[in-house]
Amino acid sequence: MSVLIDENTRLAVAGITGREGSFHTLNNRSYGTNVVGGVTPGKGGQDVEGIPVFDDWAQAMASSQPNTAMIFVPPRFAADAILEAARAGVELVIAITEGIPAHDELRVYNTLAQDHPGTRLIGPNCPGILSPGKANVGIIPASFFKQGNVGVVSRSGTLTYQIGNEIAQAGFGCSSIVGIGGDPVPGSSFVDIIELFQSDDQTELIVLSGEIGGSAEEEAAEFIAESVSKPVVAYIAGFTAPAGKQMGHAGAIVSGSSGTAQAKAKALEERGVPVGRTPTEVAEIAIGILGGAPAHSS
Amino acid sequence: MDLLEYQGKQLFARHGLEVSPGKAVTNVEDAVAAANEIGYPVVVKAQVLIGGRGKAGGVKLAADEAQARQHASDILGLDIKGHLVRTVWIEHASDIASEYYASVLLDRQAKAPLVMFSVEGGVDIEEVAEQTPEKLIRHHVDPLAGLSRAEAIQIATDGGADADVVEGVADALVALYEVWLAEDASLAEINPLIVTPERKVKALDSKISLDDNALYRHPENQDLSDRENEDPIERRAKEQGVQYVALDGDIGILGNGAGLVMSTLDVVAQAGGSPANFLDAGGGSDAAKVKQAVALILSNEAVKAVLFNIFGGITRCDEVANGLIAAFEEIKPSVPFVVRLDGTNDVQGREILQQAALPNVHSARTMNEAAEKVVALAKGHS
Repeated sequence: MSVLIDENTRLAVAGITGREGSFHTLNNRSYGTNVVGGVTPGKGGQDVEGIPVFDDWAQAMASSQPNTAMIFVPPRFAADAILEAARAGVELVIAITEGIPAHDELRVYNTLAQDHPGTRLIGPNCPGILSPGKANVGIIPASFFKQGNVGVVSRSGTLTYQIGNEIAQAGFGCSSIVGIGGDPVPGSSFVDIIELFQSDDQTELIVLSGEIGGSAEEEAAEFIAESVSKPVVAYIAGFTAPAGKQMGHAGAIVSGSSGTAQAKAKALEERGVPVGRTPTEVAEIAIGILGGAPAHSS
Repeated sequence: MDLLEYQGKQLFARHGLEVSPGKAVTNVEDAVAAANEIGYPVVVKAQVLIGGRGKAGGVKLAADEAQARQHASDILGLDIKGHLVRTVWIEHASDIASEYYASVLLDRQAKAPLVMFSVEGGVDIEEVAEQTPEKLIRHHVDPLAGLSRAEAIQIATDGGADADVVEGVADALVALYEVWLAEDASLAEINPLIVTPERKVKALDSKISLDDNALYRHPENQDLSDRENEDPIERRAKEQGVQYVALDGDIGILGNGAGLVMSTLDVVAQAGGSPANFLDAGGGSDAAKVKQAVALILSNEAVKAVLFNIFGGITRCDEVANGLIAAFEEIKPSVPFVVRLDGTNDVQGREILQQAALPNVHSARTMNEAAEKVVALAKGHS
């Protein structure tokens, strides 16, 4: 198994006719993801290399029954695109778009919770999800990863590739890699995804890659201590980040004395989660726990 | 984006919060003219984005023109914890019966706006929260419904506001929530929120942070913040759309992806070095982008060595290598570079760099090796 996306994924893409949207959609399709449609208002009836384009999500749903949406539209349209996909009944919405106003994210999060509890949002401002050998939705470079037993959840894209690649070079693969994004109000948290990995048969070890800002890592630490039996290894970026400065990601900011890397690492370590000081050390700890040689190398 | 006090007060006034009339000025003559126009006594307040202005001598009461002149000339040009005072705000002095505290912020954990109120205002609110948490009312608002007046009255009552100003405080809270909502703020704070002897409720100070991602729908707010005191390289980077944060070390850093760059800063610090900046070159770093980034990093004269840490995903390492060569041709850097290329097309990228044989460019295979090399070079170069 894997989490969230696999062979049964039926993907439709908001913003499929844009430059980035079409590039990554086709990339996902060549990986093997079943792409069943795209949505661009005003371009219904067209196609992108054989993928049908619809004017709205209701039509996409009626014609192609997507169960997964990828959002690639510009920030000012993204909130409405997410909600429209949810209204049409899509169960999983993966929002790649960076730069969505935090108040829009707040409205989206609470509207989903109240009116569409059956829809799960991943992101925004995330690289998407990859379940190696099964499906790729987003912009994660799939060539570095193969199928295996490590589940990765991260607030950062390239940092995930860095850690994942070191694990892969030691011969291990991944069940799924989930980017939850670097924004202040993400649709899914570390806790949400770790809970999925805990109940996923294929996943034997979980890597959590966090960063400064907010308290999602602290909440994950508590959840892990209470409800997770699988080993978890963590990394936190931003020990040298000055307070009050946004470090690239909208959500990566130390506010006063809260949200520091020190506090997050401490919360995790106090609950028995080892925290690597460098990405390399995270990979080494993970490999050590897995036993130095790959459990299965398919 | 953080606003200066007077800018925040303009936003307050826009949404019906009571503030004292005043004027922002940048020289002593204008300060005196403003004070004469407003009428004495006035308060002369340094406009900087840092707390503790009063203790640093940045807030003074003037009873007449001579005092206004004296205070304005003392405060303009004052350095408050590294922030140079270029603007003072002159406002009519308020009589104060009580000092309260009020704020609205985005609570990331609760995924909801949090309204806070206390009758212990005028002091550091983090201290109140720590020492007497029962005196700080915390109320989460349903973001889809907004803050109702009834809720606001309850908050004011629970917080212990004087009975005759409960309604006034509630009105202020509703207006503050409106500021937070309508202006796309992450924080809107009043400390102190004062009650005058005439029992009016008024904002004596302001602290507002706006969401940069929402500025496109607030063109009137684009030019706020403390432009003059911004780091000049940060300001230039922002204009060019580059994610750059100035730090106080001597090793220039470039990477792709915010998380990887943060991690690079940490690894360099662990190797005994001190990063001069955060720079995220983002995805798809073409030659023009790389050149622009190198120019930004090197415009900081403190930089003694530069680390390029690239893990190519969408970004192709050969493209970065070509960009670096182009940048070297034009900029001709005088400090050593350490380049670590890994990921998509890394072999080609390293080959291109090797063939170009750029002066003083060192390659490294891993992030840790790259950090150690650049730290050694930065130390040797000094």
